Amino acid sequence: MITATLNEYVILSVVLFAIGFFGVLLRKNTLVIFMSLELMLVASTLGLVAFSRYNHTLDGNVFVFFILTVAAAEVAVGLAIIVALFRKRHTIQVDELNSLKN
Amino acid sequence: MAPALFYLFALLTVASAVGVVANKNAVNAAMSFLLCLVGVAGLFVQLDAYLLAFLLLLVYAGAVVALFLFIIMLLDTQGRQNWGFKKFSTFTSLVALGLLLTGLGTFVARGQLDAPNPNAAGGVGAALKPYAYQLFTTYLLPVQVMGFLLLIAMLGVIVLSKRIDGPEDAK
Repeated sequence: MITATLNEYVILSVVLFAIGFFGVLLRKNTLVIFMSLELMLVASTLGLVAFSRYNHTLDGNVFVFFILTVAAAEVAVGLAIIVALFRKRHTIQVDELNSLKN
Repeated sequence: MAPALFYLFALLTVASAVGVVANKNAVNAAMSFLLCLVGVAGLFVQLDAYLLAFLLLLVYAGAVVALFLFIIMLLDTQGRQNWGFKKFSTFTSLVALGLLLTGLGTFVARGQLDAPNPNAAGGVGAALKPYAYQLFTTYLLPVQVMGFLLLIAMLGVIVLSKRIDGPEDAK
C-alpha cells in the first residue's frame, strides 16, 4: 500500500541530490566533499527505486545493486587516495591542495 | 500507513543531509550521513524494496560509514575546520540554486508524473527471487563486469596504500 505520490519521491530525491551538490561545491574538507558525493549517489538510487516501484518494473532496483557496488569500490579507492594525499601533503583541505595551480 | 510515515522519513533524511553538509566536525558529519542512510532505507522499505533497504544499511552504514569514520580518526584534522566560503564558489552555488529552484518549480507546476496506480499490483521488488532471476539472466554481463571492477578497485587500493617515496617524502 503506497500513499505518497511519485512526485513527492522525485522531489525528495532532487532535494537530497541538491544538498549533496552544494556540499561538494561549498565544503573544503576533502572527506566531507567525498561524503556529499556519496549523498548524491544515494539520492539518485532513491529516484531509481521510486520510478521502478511506480512502474512495476525491476530494472531500477537491479540498477541500484550496481550503483551500490560502484559506490563501495569508489569509496575504497577514494579514501586510499585521500590517505595517500595526506601522507604526502599533510593536509586534506582543498584550498591548500593547489600544487597544479601554478 | 499514511503519507505521515513518508513525511517523517523524508524530513529525517533531508535534515540529516543538511547536517552532513553544514556540520563543522567531520565525525558529526559522518554520523549525520549514517542517519540519512537510515532515513533512505526507511523510504526503500515503504517502496517495497526490502532487499535494497537491507543492502543499503549493510553496505553503506556498515562498511562505507565505518570506513569514513576510520579515515577521519586516522587523519585527525581537528582544529583546521575553517568554514569560510570562496567568493567565486558562493556565486556559482547561488546560480546553481536559482536554476535548481526554477527547475523544481516547473516540475511541481507541471502536475503529477504519469504512473500507473502503484497499488494495482504488489511491489515487484518485494520478493528475492525476481532479483536473482534478473541478475543471472538479463544482467549477467554487468554482474561479471562488477566483479572485475571490484577486483581492479582492490588492486588499486593495495597499490595506492603502499608507501611510495616521492620528493616531498624524502625531506
